[in-house]
Amino acid sequence: MSGFQTNSRVIKWIEHRMPVFSFLDHAVGSGYPAPKNLSYMWNFGSLAGMTLVIMIVTGILLAMQYTAHVDYAFDSVERIMRDVNFGWLLRYIHMNGASFFFIVVYIHIFRGLYYGSYKAPRELLWMLGVVILLLMMATAFMGYVLPWGQMSFWGAKVITNLFSAIPVFGEGIVTWLWGGFTVDNPTLNRFYALHYLMPFIIVAVVILHIWALHQFGSNNPLGIDAKGPQDKIPFHPYYTIKDTFGLGVFLIAFAAVIFYAPNYMGHPDNYIPADPLATPAHIVPEWYFLPFYAILRSIPDKLLGVIAMFGSIAVLFVLPWLDSSPVKSGRFRPLFRLFFVLLIVDVVALGFVGANPPEGIWLVIGRVATFWYFLHFLVILPLLGVFERPRPLPTSIGEPVLRGGGAPVGATAKPMEKA
Amino acid sequence: MRKGLLFGLAALAATASLPAAGPASAAGEGPALPQMDWSFSGPFGTYDRHALQRGLQVYREVCSTCHSLKYVAFRNLADLGYTEDEVKAIAAEYTITDGPNDEGEMFERPGAPSDYFPSPFPNVKAAAAANGGAAPPDLSLMAKARAGGANFIHGILTGYEELVPDDVLQSIFEHETQVRQEEHEVALAEYEVDQEAYEDKIADGEPATAPVAPEQPQPVASIADLGLAETSNFNAYFPGYGIAMAQPLYEDSVAYADGTPATVDQMSRDVSHFLMWAAEPKLEARKHTGLKVLIFLVVFTGVLYAAKRKIWRDVH
Repeated sequence: MSGFQTNSRVIKWIEHRMPVFSFLDHAVGSGYPAPKNLSYMWNFGSLAGMTLVIMIVTGILLAMQYTAHVDYAFDSVERIMRDVNFGWLLRYIHMNGASFFFIVVYIHIFRGLYYGSYKAPRELLWMLGVVILLLMMATAFMGYVLPWGQMSFWGAKVITNLFSAIPVFGEGIVTWLWGGFTVDNPTLNRFYALHYLMPFIIVAVVILHIWALHQFGSNNPLGIDAKGPQDKIPFHPYYTIKDTFGLGVFLIAFAAVIFYAPNYMGHPDNYIPADPLATPAHIVPEWYFLPFYAILRSIPDKLLGVIAMFGSIAVLFVLPWLDSSPVKSGRFRPLFRLFFVLLIVDVVALGFVGANPPEGIWLVIGRVATFWYFLHFLVILPLLGVFERPRPLPTSIGEPVLRGGGAPVGATAKPMEKA
Repeated sequence: MRKGLLFGLAALAATASLPAAGPASAAGEGPALPQMDWSFSGPFGTYDRHALQRGLQVYREVCSTCHSLKYVAFRNLADLGYTEDEVKAIAAEYTITDGPNDEGEMFERPGAPSDYFPSPFPNVKAAAAANGGAAPPDLSLMAKARAGGANFIHGILTGYEELVPDDVLQSIFEHETQVRQEEHEVALAEYEVDQEAYEDKIADGEPATAPVAPEQPQPVASIADLGLAETSNFNAYFPGYGIAMAQPLYEDSVAYADGTPATVDQMSRDVSHFLMWAAEPKLEARKHTGLKVLIFLVVFTGVLYAAKRKIWRDVH
């Protein structure tokens, strides 16, 4: 572990008593070798981590001004927007940060899906990631309730009501979740407490996620293992600078939305204070829940709908054992690539379905897309490994980097092929 | 690698465009809101102080009879270009109920800059009772709480029967005629299914009631044909076309201090402008800060890119 060198007496003194510097060096420094061919798609893990930090910092500052009470929550948010110094900025960062967190994490997930990052020996790493996704969803849902606008209230009501589909205990569970007989002050209070708690649980699982990552290191666009030191470069400075540059690009996009379209991803109805007596014309969740909402509503039976919705994430837990192909990277799997594109189209279609009322053509598309989603994971992926003939893998990471991406073994050097 | 990145970007672009698809319901959709040319839109947009002051006048003299503006304090009016003394003078025109005092009594006093605009009604129930059962909504956030924002407010204020142009009326009539025809076709299809089931039952000798054939809908040719509730007023831009609020603005409803002719359109634009400010008072600070932040980020990211190129030069 200890490739760490220093001439500083102070650092040596600390290092001797608590090896924090060699720990950091091993975690994100020159002592952590990473494949040399990671593309920009590998930026999104560290971006997600940065977004989590941004969310926690702005969240703590907002918590200092927010009041978790049905009579004051909406007003306290408006006070933050109007009277707290840079309160508008804090809130717009936090509010849009949730959306950007999901954008980043969804790209991170689809990168993992395309390059087979969930396959042995990284199954636990992947599963911990799915746990983080679930925790993020719960946190985001509860956070959206806190401003106590119309969509906050009715969203909370619809989603908590899903649990009433559970046979026998359903109604009891919902009452228990609410802390009363409807979504009310106890609900708001507990959601606030949990919304403050869960990000720190996410941090804990992120640490496990990174721990598991360090066991075998990052997967890479070729999906083959590093054969030796010539295939690797130290994380610092190569990936620290690459990740920092990626962070700069991300912040430009993030700032553009915060400063010029802060309410674009929100819903106007949430600027109306919650009114338990007036149901909005359309109750729509935030955009990042729309595909799951579409799956829920595509199934005519309430209980089965809830099961399908949770199943759409549960299926990711067992994904490492559903995909039977030994080849990791989609780059060498011509058929898988086709189905991967179809899956993206499918999920985006589900998103549109979720944004529209479940009637007419939307209901039909929703049902087909839901069916396809599960077909992809439960049938297509297991069969692909049997019937697909993958293209030949390169012998090492160093070779295709020299020869041009993804050239088969033994092929003569050709100009860089787009792959 | 490129393709992987492209997939990601495609997914990102597609998901980011989702809210635009929005929860628009086909049936209730009316004519498109006229898009006004607002000075506050665009990345360099700022509020027009004159329009804000005129809009405040419209709010104070017309809207405030029924609508509260509870998140706006008199001190905020400094944003509109008023001096401290002018703000104090405006506040002092209002009577604020304060207290309880040392004797335990509520008392009345003239408003101070730290006070908020008082509501026209003591509570929501009183507001509802005085307005036919529905309390007029608070206007502080109206420009953010409705799809269309300031254009929506302007649309509502100019969407009454005698204000709206004929071609908009015609488009509503045509649209509604079509909606009714479509609904009729759906009902007709259902009727045919029911009718078949009925005939089967009769053939089997079972008791059954004959379904009622849906009537062919009349084309919508006038506002009366829309069948609005008696208590509501026609408004071209209100969802469902029936709004409880009677037309609030008429030519010269206010006499502008700066001599601007007070047409309904002018007053509507001014008060929408004012309400956008009321909903988003930090808009100018936001856009100014945003410009600085973006310039910094672009330069800094450029430096990072150069550093990345330099560090990675020896890899490959």
